[in-house]
Amino acid sequence: MALTLAATAAACGSDDEGTTADGKVKLTVATFNEFGYEELIEEYNAMQDDVVVEQKKAGTANEHQDNLYTKLAAGSGLSDIEAIEVDWWSALMEQSDAFADLSDPEVEGRWLDWKTEAATTPDGALIGYGTDIGPEGICYRADLFEKAGMPTDREKVAEMFGTWDDYFEAGRQFVKKVPDTAWYDSSGGTAQAMINQVEYSFEDEDNTVIAAENPEVKEVFDTITANAADGLSTGLTQWSEDWTASFQDNGFATMACPGWMLGVIEGNADGVEGWDIANVFPGGGGNWGGSYLTVPAQGDNVEEAKELAKWLTAPEQQIKAFEAKGTFPSQAEALDDPALTGSTNAFFNDAPTGEILADRAEAVPFIAHKGPKFADINTAFQQAIQRVDEGQESADEAWDSFLADIERLG
Amino acid sequence: MLDVKLTPYVFVSPFFLLFLVVGMFPLGYTAWVSVHDWGLLSGQGAFSGLDNYRRVLEDRYFWNALRNTISIFVLSSVPQVLIALALAGLLDTQLRARTLWRMSVLLPFVVAPAAVALIFGNVFGDRYGLANELVQWIGLDPIRWHVDTLASHVAIASMVNWRWTGYNALILLAAMQAVPRDVYESAALDGAGRVRQFVSITVPMIRPTVIFVIITSTIGGLQIFAEPRLFDTQGLGGADRQYQTLTMYLWELGWRVRDLGMASAVAWLLFLIIIVFALLNLLLSRRAGAMKGHAKKGVRR
Repeated sequence: MALTLAATAAACGSDDEGTTADGKVKLTVATFNEFGYEELIEEYNAMQDDVVVEQKKAGTANEHQDNLYTKLAAGSGLSDIEAIEVDWWSALMEQSDAFADLSDPEVEGRWLDWKTEAATTPDGALIGYGTDIGPEGICYRADLFEKAGMPTDREKVAEMFGTWDDYFEAGRQFVKKVPDTAWYDSSGGTAQAMINQVEYSFEDEDNTVIAAENPEVKEVFDTITANAADGLSTGLTQWSEDWTASFQDNGFATMACPGWMLGVIEGNADGVEGWDIANVFPGGGGNWGGSYLTVPAQGDNVEEAKELAKWLTAPEQQIKAFEAKGTFPSQAEALDDPALTGSTNAFFNDAPTGEILADRAEAVPFIAHKGPKFADINTAFQQAIQRVDEGQESADEAWDSFLADIERLG
Repeated sequence: MLDVKLTPYVFVSPFFLLFLVVGMFPLGYTAWVSVHDWGLLSGQGAFSGLDNYRRVLEDRYFWNALRNTISIFVLSSVPQVLIALALAGLLDTQLRARTLWRMSVLLPFVVAPAAVALIFGNVFGDRYGLANELVQWIGLDPIRWHVDTLASHVAIASMVNWRWTGYNALILLAAMQAVPRDVYESAALDGAGRVRQFVSITVPMIRPTVIFVIITSTIGGLQIFAEPRLFDTQGLGGADRQYQTLTMYLWELGWRVRDLGMASAVAWLLFLIIIVFALLNLLLSRRAGAMKGHAKKGVRR
């Protein structure tokens, strides 16, 4: 028995030692959703003689994050490079010791200032290289718009959605004409897009939790739950099986779509024709998500991992990732690169996605503050909205239990 | 002389030594963590006595999780043991291609729980799932498998049953094959039919194994995690936590709230709950068995 145990331990060990059987350095990159790294990693592997890179993809940011926390606490088992989404960024900045300092003269000025600032610790260590940002447009199904007698042309559509009220009003008209199709993909996603436009939503500058008292949060909650009652929402949770299936089933006509969502839509709606993207976002502009690459200090090959992260987040590479999956660059230099601005997306009716998202990034007035509790409170907020969608609680009850949940999170 | 006395202990000692390391140590360590403030990433804090236990018992989600756990446990373990018993009885007859049938009931057990959860997650989709297509084909309203409390428990219990019924059936079958065949012959001569033989001979004679199966499925049933965890993308057991089990609650405290002290307190409470349930089951199945055994004494001798 002891023998078998020792043998399994050894088998596990060899997997984690960071070298392959033929003596090459093995690097793992842990990501979630779609980063657009598949071809880049092949390219890197072809360039290197002594490094082999492998990607580990998690289905959702939540799942990825759970795994990250578990292994961070265990002190081992993390990938050589771990992607981290901005919603969790502040919470992990508190553990900045666990990540290698990546500052390097070569990367100075590579990213938009705010992206770099957020990744710099008070002592001046840079613990993450920016990948993408999430400027949002509205993705829509032109074929369903036509069915409802609405304009389908992306310029005309853009004119319709200047404010959230306009957007929701258009939705009310739409669901009257096409009763089996909802207006947007999920209450949660739409609420998140609105929360991302609030500079201090759940936490104030000092990271004091203000979610319970903040009228702007309550307003988002009230608007979204009222919309659901009017049938604007599918009532599904983002990333659930039913949500994924609804892309194939004319489940909804529009959704808030940050750049990285383009790849997700294309994957889920495979074979569906009619998707397009309008150069507009209700209420001005908004940024949803975006990520960093970090190098956990516990890894065996920190230097090699840093090199790889540096290469993956260089403007040229990020533009390729954008072309593959729509992850919009956070690299300053990439933003006016013709390769980006001239890029179009065949799935979205050949929309000039590069130009549209560059405009959308321009329109973002500020980057919403997300403190260490943001992700946890946001989960509770999303759950509350979901309870109303599913009819488990009335809007008032759901709000009260949301308040109790905040209390519980401390 | 000393050899004869000592050797057996030496032979069994590896198990107990290993048990000490991988069983007792975590148990003790969890108890130690549960009486401290202990963050997932920040580590050990001040000694806090039974404060973590108090906070857990005051949390309404603990009681909610306890209710869900017991409900899913009853919905899974009871039918599971009964079906396994019937299945084993059928497999214990003179079937053609016996080995094929016997091996095939174990097939679901070989599939990883995560894969099972994925497949069943699709089958039990609220809107586009296979189960609801069937339900609607019969002419009923679609069931909201991920929303309604009882429906979600049934869906999760069926995942658990799908996985464990065959496994338990094989264990029971092994015990049934040890029942001497001449007992059945004499019963048949006395005019007992198949069903009567099964109830009056088979079940009483494999009682220790039945108790074993009941206890292990109690322990397993109260620790259900993977199936409900993967039934929901947020991992909290639905928007209203309508299927958050105790182990999921423990996980939430440890890895989402990142409070290992409270999570450890839940682990200990769960441990105590399992002991209570296991003892209760042992007592009940002993008593039921004893009554039957007494009545059938003539047959057994």
